[in-house]
Amino acid sequence: MGPVLSENALYRPLYSFLDGLLPESLDWVAYFLTGFAIVFLLVNVLLIFASVFVFMLRRLLGLFQTRLGPNRVGPFGILQPFADLLKLLLKEDVRPREADPLLFTIAPVLMVAPVFIILAVVPFGRNSFLADLNIAVLFFIGVTTVSTLAVFLAGWGSGNRYALIGAVRAVAQLVSYEVPMVLSLVGVLLLAGTMSLVGVVEAQRIPFILLQPLGFFVFLMAASAEMNWTPFDLLEAESELTAGFHTEYSGTKFSLLQLGEFASVIVLSGSISTLFLRGWENPFGPLSWPEVLPSHIWFIAKIFAVLFLLIWVRATIVRLRIDQVMAFAWIVLFPLAIINMFVTAGLVVAWPEPTTAQLWMMVAVNWVVAIVSIVGISFLMEKNRKVPTTTVRLVKVTPEVR
Amino acid sequence: MSLRTEPVTINIGPQHPSTHGVFRLRVTFDGEVIQDLEPIFGYLHRGTEKLAEERSYTQVVTLTDRLDYVSPMLNNQAYVLAVEKLAGIEPTERGMYLRVMAAELQRIASHLVATGFLLQDLGAMGTPLMYCFRERERILDLFEMLCGARVTVSYMRPGGVFQDAPADFWKALHTFLDEIPVYLDELDALLTENEVLLVRTKGVGVLPAQEAINSSVTGPVLRASGIAWDLRQVDPYEIYDRLDFQIPVGTNGDTYDRFMVRILEMRQSLNIVAQCAKQIPNGPVRSELPYFPRPPIGDAYAHVEASKGELGFYLVSDGGISPYRCKVRSPSFLNLTILKDLLVGLKLADLIVILGSIDINMGEVDR
Repeated sequence: MGPVLSENALYRPLYSFLDGLLPESLDWVAYFLTGFAIVFLLVNVLLIFASVFVFMLRRLLGLFQTRLGPNRVGPFGILQPFADLLKLLLKEDVRPREADPLLFTIAPVLMVAPVFIILAVVPFGRNSFLADLNIAVLFFIGVTTVSTLAVFLAGWGSGNRYALIGAVRAVAQLVSYEVPMVLSLVGVLLLAGTMSLVGVVEAQRIPFILLQPLGFFVFLMAASAEMNWTPFDLLEAESELTAGFHTEYSGTKFSLLQLGEFASVIVLSGSISTLFLRGWENPFGPLSWPEVLPSHIWFIAKIFAVLFLLIWVRATIVRLRIDQVMAFAWIVLFPLAIINMFVTAGLVVAWPEPTTAQLWMMVAVNWVVAIVSIVGISFLMEKNRKVPTTTVRLVKVTPEVR
Repeated sequence: MSLRTEPVTINIGPQHPSTHGVFRLRVTFDGEVIQDLEPIFGYLHRGTEKLAEERSYTQVVTLTDRLDYVSPMLNNQAYVLAVEKLAGIEPTERGMYLRVMAAELQRIASHLVATGFLLQDLGAMGTPLMYCFRERERILDLFEMLCGARVTVSYMRPGGVFQDAPADFWKALHTFLDEIPVYLDELDALLTENEVLLVRTKGVGVLPAQEAINSSVTGPVLRASGIAWDLRQVDPYEIYDRLDFQIPVGTNGDTYDRFMVRILEMRQSLNIVAQCAKQIPNGPVRSELPYFPRPPIGDAYAHVEASKGELGFYLVSDGGISPYRCKVRSPSFLNLTILKDLLVGLKLADLIVILGSIDINMGEVDR
């Protein structure tokens, strides 16, 4: 067992258990078995979470839309996602004649794989992670980009024009939003002084959402765009492209694509919780407070809070057009991210080892900067709008003599 | 370096989530920009006009329900007005009030559907649509009290309506009139100032006033372009000259104005229904008519301001029990003719939104 893993709450008990069963010379077998066991556990927990999320999404959307949502399968309809999955797996796997066989088949796998790979670096409790990479944030950004490729291959390989338009939109949108997303994280990294996600959580004496309001805003927007969430769900744009890049998919491949999407929403919520909401720690009060709830519960609660926010947005906001989406990335989010980066850098240079009072002063400065820049940009946008707002008046007409 | 590009032709419809029925568009895109577009109709053609020649004047009412199936009351009204004009029938006072009330309630229901689906096309999946349908449901409940049917109402007859409103109806109507403004305020608060909605609809699909007149569009689309033309006031039929109401008129003729004109018209219609409920006299609801009215030889055209524009019926009589010819002037069909002018040069997402803002109904386009 390496020294890195000796503190890992998951690894240690499993390893000592397996090591006890095996003879001395087979230590490495125990090492690998433990690793596989943890991966197995993580993957399955994510799958269960994805189905819980689907259920939550459908029920909450139902409530937001003054209807009930699924409530027939199992108590409160909780088994609905499993019933759906079963149905999807039993469907015929149709491949259109026009489709490219290789790309069409490989795209769903490429869609799911990166999500599970990211899971490796997200710490989900105190001393609970698969790997504590020292470049975890970089790893996270790099691996997320792979799903862009998957979406493009799915759209291109389908041989369908709706799917093609979806794919072209995907490349334009996802690549543009990578930039503000990465820049918004620079502030967090400057404050934490490390790229390890575990290190970022441990560095949060105050949750970074307070220290980095602008960074959080930009990251949330960019992350919504990255996971095709409303108002940036142009890739599938149901009312325009029927289903966008997955128009032609059915059966198992379709369920894999859907799984990839839902799992990526969960993983991105997890990363938001880790980067801005103090990960597994109690988000209220100083770190020295006694532990009220187990760290894993805090983490899951935060994920669901973020998911609830996302579902709320999805239920209310209308979709932007492609040129507006691109403009939003480059005209609004990009400058905001740059402002945030420089302000944070200045503060870190001014107070390299901040005391608690200095931390709260940083909070104040950052909030003022955030509010001023957001209001300023929206004011500029308002000025650019060419047409006046109120345009409809009420009149009476006299009957015409005929 | 310039890349070689070529336009892509995409079939939108007849099976597509946002073509509002079985409407088909063959669109040529350059990237996302529309270069050319050809609407293709006829998937819902049922030969209503021909069928009308085989039925008695009263039976044709049931056919009109199926023209614009989200506003059957208004279709009924236009048709019975044409028959009355052709045969010289004088409708009863109470009958006319009931007809106007039903028609105005139907206008609200139809505009709610139009608003809900426009928002659906804009990408707000489900929520506004469900809110609008919740209100529409109450109107359909009122119709059920009036005539026992919710959609295929066949409520009106030449000379009046087929039965008087039951006592329950008035109570339900007053509750409805009290409560619906609150719901409309809710819709207003959620939608009209929403920033994303504004950027998606402001200045999109502008129809200049002169072009609107030239292409003979009517209804909210025409009024949004700034022309105060509403048949209820320009050429008052039934009892509209006794009612006090205003008509909303836009200035830009863009998608947002079309949307706002509908929102404001709903409030005016509520006002009209309330006035009717106050003024309505007692008396018979239908004038005495033979079982098969036989209008004298001749022709007549009657039009009403339907929810989508001027809906007209042109009837020719040869003295028999059924019309010799029945021609429907359907607003949706004529409003669709501006589609290409509005769309060339815009993007795919705008196509869906503009089509939604014109508010077509394929039952009426194909007839």
